[in-house]
Order: sequence, then C-alpha cells, then structure tokens
Amino acid sequence: MKFARKAAPAAVAALALTLTACAQSDRDTGGDTAKSGGDVKDTITFGAAGAPELFDPFYATDGETFRVTRQMMEGLVGIKAGTAEIEPELAKSWEPSADGKTWTFKLRDDVKFWDGEPFNGEAVCYNMERMFDQNEVAAGGPAGYWADVMGAFKSDAANALYQSCTAPDPTTAVIKISRSTSKFPTALSLDSFSMQSPKALKEGDANNVTKQGEGFGYPAYSKNPVGTGPYKLDKYDEANKTVTLVRNDDYWGEKAKTAKIVFKIIPDESTRRQELEAGSIDGYDLPNPADWKGLKEAGNDVLVRPAFNILYLGLNPEKNPKLKDLKVRQALYYALNRDQMVKTQLPEGATVATQFMPDTVSGYNKDLKPYAYDPDKAKSLLKEAGAEGMTLTFAYPSAVSRPYMPDPQKIYEALRGDLEAVGIKVNVVTKPWNGGYLDTVDNGGFDAWLLGWTGDYDSPDNFIGTFFANLKANDFHTSATSYGAQLSKDLQAADAIVDENERSAAYQKLNQQIMEEYLPGLAISHSPPALVVSKKVKGLVASPLTAEEFSTVTVTK
Amino acid sequence: MLRFIIRRMIQMVGVVVVLSLLVFLWLRSLPGGTVSAILGEKATPERRAALEKALGLDQPIYVQYWQFAKRALHGDFGASTKVLPGTDAFDLFMQRFPATIELSIVAIILAVGLGIPLGYMAARRHNSLFDNGSIVASLVGVAVPVFFLAFLLKYYFAIKLHWLPVSGRQSAGLGATHTTGFFVLDGLLTREYDAAWDAIKHLILPSLALATIPFAVIFRITRASVLEVLDEDYVRTAESKGLTSRVIRGRHVLHNALLPVVTTIGLQTGGLLVGAILTERVFNFGGIGDTVAQAFEQRDYGVLQVCILMAAITFVVVNLLVDIAYAVIDPRVRTR
Repeated sequence: MKFARKAAPAAVAALALTLTACAQSDRDTGGDTAKSGGDVKDTITFGAAGAPELFDPFYATDGETFRVTRQMMEGLVGIKAGTAEIEPELAKSWEPSADGKTWTFKLRDDVKFWDGEPFNGEAVCYNMERMFDQNEVAAGGPAGYWADVMGAFKSDAANALYQSCTAPDPTTAVIKISRSTSKFPTALSLDSFSMQSPKALKEGDANNVTKQGEGFGYPAYSKNPVGTGPYKLDKYDEANKTVTLVRNDDYWGEKAKTAKIVFKIIPDESTRRQELEAGSIDGYDLPNPADWKGLKEAGNDVLVRPAFNILYLGLNPEKNPKLKDLKVRQALYYALNRDQMVKTQLPEGATVATQFMPDTVSGYNKDLKPYAYDPDKAKSLLKEAGAEGMTLTFAYPSAVSRPYMPDPQKIYEALRGDLEAVGIKVNVVTKPWNGGYLDTVDNGGFDAWLLGWTGDYDSPDNFIGTFFANLKANDFHTSATSYGAQLSKDLQAADAIVDENERSAAYQKLNQQIMEEYLPGLAISHSPPALVVSKKVKGLVASPLTAEEFSTVTVTK
Repeated sequence: MLRFIIRRMIQMVGVVVVLSLLVFLWLRSLPGGTVSAILGEKATPERRAALEKALGLDQPIYVQYWQFAKRALHGDFGASTKVLPGTDAFDLFMQRFPATIELSIVAIILAVGLGIPLGYMAARRHNSLFDNGSIVASLVGVAVPVFFLAFLLKYYFAIKLHWLPVSGRQSAGLGATHTTGFFVLDGLLTREYDAAWDAIKHLILPSLALATIPFAVIFRITRASVLEVLDEDYVRTAESKGLTSRVIRGRHVLHNALLPVVTTIGLQTGGLLVGAILTERVFNFGGIGDTVAQAFEQRDYGVLQVCILMAAITFVVVNLLVDIAYAVIDPRVRTR
C-alpha cells in the first residue's frame, strides 16, 4: 500500500504526459470560412428532435435523417416549397408513354456531384440499379422505402414495380415500370431515392449492409455520402450531438445563403424551447401545440405546416361482430362531437376529417361533408341494429406524441365521453406505443383504437391505398367484410389509371364510397405540425411533407 | 490484498454472466420490440416478418441467447438498431461513457468537497444555528426531485441570467477537437482552452443537480459519525493526554469518523448512474443515462445489453475501489 501511495501520482503524471503527446488540435483556425457580410450570421443553428440515423438516405426511413440529407441530396423529382406538389429538380422534365409504363426523364446538364463526377443518364441508372440490387439483409429492413414503393428487389424482380433503366444519351434516362401507378413519378421525390455519386457509391461499397448482432451494420459510405445538393456534410459530432453542414460552393443552382447549418439534437421538447429562449438556437422542430401561443408572444414565428396526415378510429369487425353492421359503425360516427374535440384538443389549423386523406392530396373529394354530431341519430341507429348498450374495447397509446395526435389521452377522453353518452359501454385500454400498442393493433387485439398516418408523398395510394388496398393484411380487417375485396380491387384499378384527371375522378368516387357505403373506420381529423424560429430567421418555408430547405434561410445578428 | 482483489474479480464474472442472461430474457419478454420501434405505424405484417427475419428475432430465444453469448465473448455486442443505427453497440457505449464519468466525477467532488467539511463543522457546533440550518438544507436536498431542481437552475442561471448554457456538453459552433471524449480534458490537452472552459460551463448546472442527493447523504453521515466519535473514550483520553486539538481532530476524530463515510461515498457513486438518467435527460447531456433511456424507449437491444452490463461492471469496480480505500484507512480490515 505504501508503494501504491507514492506511485499513484507518478502514474497519473505519466498518463497525462502520454495523452498530451498524442493529442493534437484538428480544429480549423478560422480565416478561410466565408464570412457573410455585415448583419447576417454565417451559421443557422436549429434544434432537431432526434439524431439522424445515417447519412445515406436510401437506408433511412425517419424524418430526422431526411431533415439533414434533404439539404445535401437531390432527386430527379423535387417538391415545390410549401406544398406537396412535385416540381423538376435534377430532371428538367418527364414524359410517360401511353401505357404509363415507360418514363423518359430529361436531365439537367450542368450538375456535378461534390466529388466532381458528372450527373447524367448513366449516373441515374447506376443509382436505380444500386437501389434495386439489395442483398437479403438490406431488403429485409433498411431499404424500407424501396420495399414500400417498388414492392420487391432484384432477387424477386418479377414482383417489382421497377423494371429497368437505360441512358440513351447523357441528358436522358428512361425508366420502365411494370404497371401504371399513381405513385410514379411522385414517389421519386422521396429523400431515399436521392441521386448519389456512382464513383463514391462504388468505392465505398455502399450496398454492403450486414447483419451485426441484433442490428444492421452499414458500410463507411453511409457516414460520408456524396450528393449534389446546396450543402455538404462537414461533421457529425456524435458525442456532442451536433451535425454540421457547410455550403457547397459549386452548387449548380442558387447557392445557399448561409455558410453553415448546425443541427443540434435535443430530444426533450421543453429543453428545445429553453434553448430558443436563451438564444442558443435559432429555431426548432415540433413545438408542443400548447406552447404555440407563448412562443408567439415571446416574439417568435410559429410556422404551421399544412396538415398532411390523418387521425382515425380503427374498427375491427372480426374482434367485435357488432361492428359488422354498417349502422353500428355509422352510429359511432354520429356519436362523436369532433368539432369540439378538434377545437379543444388539437392545435389551431386542425380540421375535422371528411375522408381518409387531407385536402392537399390529389383525389380528395371536396363534396364530402363530415358526419355531423347527432347523438339522437346515433341512438336510433344503435336501436335499429339491436346494439343498444353494446360494449366496445377502445384503446389509445401512451408514451407517445404523433403529429396527428399530440396528446392521445386527451383526444381519447373526449371521444370516449361521446361514445358513453349514447349508451355504449367502453372498456378503456391503454398500452405504451412501443410497448405493445402497435403490436396489438397489428394482431387485431382491439375492437376500436386510435391511430393515424402521415403521408410520404402526394398520392392517394399513399393514403387509402395503404389502408385498404392490401386485402390479406390490413389493420381494418376488410377481408372479413362483404365489401373488402371489391374495395381492394377498385383501389388497384384506380391506381393504374394513366390519365391524371380520370384517376383523380376515380379516387374521388372511391373516397365517397368508403365514407358512405363501407365506412371501414372513422376518419377523425387532420392536425398540422409546426416549427418555430426566432424573429431573426427569414426565408424558411414550412412544408406539409416536413421537407423544409435551409438554403434560402438567413439569420440576422 | 491481491487474493482479495482476485476473488472479487471472479465474483464479478459470475455477476456479469447471470446478469447478461437476465437482461437478455427480460428485454425480450417486454411488450413491443425493436421491430415496432423501427417501423412505427408503417408496420405491415409482411414488413414486420421480413424485418424480424433479417434481425434474427424469429429464432427461438435460446438460440438467440447462444448466438449473443458467443459473439459477446469475442467482444461483439452487435450494432445499434435505433439510437445510432449501424454503430457497434460497444463503441457507442465507449463514446457516451466519458460524458457520464465527467459528470459523475464533478458531482462526487462537489458532494464530498462540501459534504464532509460541512458535516464536520455541523458536528463540532452541535445544536448551533449552523448545525440546524445545514440539516434543513440537506433535507431539502434529498426531498426536492432532481428534475425540478434542474428546471429551477436552468430557468434562473441559463434563461433569465444567461450566465450558463441551457443544455448539452459544448456549444455547437465551437468545432472543438475530441480525442478522449472527456471534453474538459480534450480542451486542455489540445490547448483549445476556450473549448475546455465552455465544457466546464456546461458541466456546472447538471453536476450541481446531480450532486444534491449524494451531498445531503454524505453531509448527514459525516455529521452523525463525527458526533459519535467525539463521544468515544479514546478522544477523551487524547484530550486528557494534552494533545493539541489539531492532532485530536485530524488523527483521532476525522480519521475514525470517515470510515462509514467512505462506504457511503462508494454507494452514492454507484447511485450516481441512476441519478444520471434523469439529469442527463433534462440537460441533454448525451451520456449513458440518456442513452439507456433512449435505448429502452426504442428497444435497442444491443445498446441496452452493453450499457446495463457495463454499468454493473462499473458498480462492482467502484465497490472494489471503496473496499480497497477502506483497507487503506482502517488497518483492521487489512489484516483480515
């Protein structure tokens, strides 16, 4: 012990010396960073709600990753700021063949990837083939958006929507798909399908996803991707939870107005608010609707995104046979005082739903009226159906807040009160969102439940197609109903119509049928999420798809 | 001594093996799981089945554990699924652990540095105003929830007064170099003194919040223990022998009174890991506590397994160090 007492300080000193010897500052000493002139800051600091998962957007499925990659990567098809509509991005224009199966994209000829590689038809096809040709591990999970949109990968090419890509000349890419669908080319605006440098993809062995324990291992490329966008990745400081992007000075379009973006990852909502109040961030995502008023009064701008989501009350006729009767389902609908629920429980700008999609989606039926609040009608319908005093196991999730339901419990309490008022006995059930709730919904364990959906791109198929087109497996259990098969068939037929107007008309008719004849569930409301920025921030446009671009943003000092 | 240490090490291996099995089974018996965490409301039965297969979660549980144990013996704990997808879970732990150690060291220094002297002083001035005041203060320290205290500290010192940062470990735009993961040390080693100072400023509020409970406990134990020792015969003997009060206080009173305090410090240091979960969350500190909470919500099995096992090992090691310290202070233990 005597020895130890004397030796300890010496050991510490020796350790300190070794560490000093190997530690070297790798910080840029400044000077070369482009200083923006005068009264504008050269950095935007934005509070993100979560960490990006990785930087190759193809293997990502979450908004926090796309928020970052959207500033760095571009696709053939872009999204018009502030809307869900598509617009040209890396492709200048596109044209379908008469059968809607062959799409010819005319490409920009002035675009280069950051590594100097040209963007051209060959690069497009390299990217498409790269996305198509996934190994078994990647196909099982990480390549989620491709699986959703295209159905299958190269190993199962017969079942894939994507067929082939050819580049007859440098400014043309021809993509063939197996059937006409409303998803195309809109779905190409998804961040996952961004164009990346073929050379970098190849050298970084970008497709080499492996199984690593109970998780996936990604190649180094996913930490250092190469795109075409207005910003490049500078550094992801995982320990300090910050992602730094720097301006791409060779960008083909209008250069970014601010030299740097720092995304500071702050999962806790109230901490994000405090950081904004202290002035250490310029804005943040997903302010709690209860805070909107206070934030505005404190002089901030609350940018409300047009709602691109739906909250619904799901019904399972297999679990509770009383729900097989349309009259019972309608009675539940008439019992709900949704106007009041929307006014008291949802943020301003939220609306009562008339169908299973928001009005920003093509195929929306303007003529549909919401089911009115009419408890007397509800009671008489229940009586007609012989379901007076029926029991309903109605569930809501805890430990979660979604854009379409900021506070599930409060929404639930309002709806449950309405149901009980018409004599329905409600069995209250709640489970944690990721602690059994989603599983039970999938296994059909509740009679009725609250759930919703946020759209990925402007296509009716992304809403009602997702809900009802897959007859074998959908949460509404339409396979157990008399109309389920017909609805599924009609949805697939509508999706395949090439002419846009004709297709929109078909979907409008389907929306009407779903609401008036079938009523597989009760569409409740649309609720707008928001971002908040300080008064110093100019030029940020809120997007219904949460696809905000920061290249137009300036921050005054 | 050496035999004692070796015996404890062997015990530790046993603890880890049993714990790994328990953690493994417990995680998989929880409702929900990695698959719903990844897919959310986009889960269709087909996607769910494909993902379960890809992750190997469709295998019988004993097969899964066998695979896990085999890999773990080679130091491979698998990749994170949601906290930082694709990152090796052990690397993730090593990257986040310095934050917790940094925070805990500062907190325990605060707790010990204030708790022992104040406890000693309170005992010497038994029943004085200072004594009673300190007792009330320590009661408040134990009773006030950490998150509430954290909120108050943040509100006054960060938002109202702008003296200290609200959250995080270092200002975002600083571009500091990180080599060891201990930000203060990094700043000193790389001579980026502004970065070190910035990291220290970020440490003050969370460490104060984290230190309150251990401080209160250490204070009270010290006070009680000193009071007891002051009553002992050997102190009276020392006084009657005419020893100077300095020698009495130092060698007789404090030395002997510290024995139970050292045990307490050990237990409290282990307990800091628990306190860190709340404190790190509130201050967005990005350490193990924060990571465990996130991994639990998102059912990131790999990360949770590593973090819990390593936390257990840390706890055992801290206790071992305490026992060694005990032996240093108390010769009676050494001979045993």
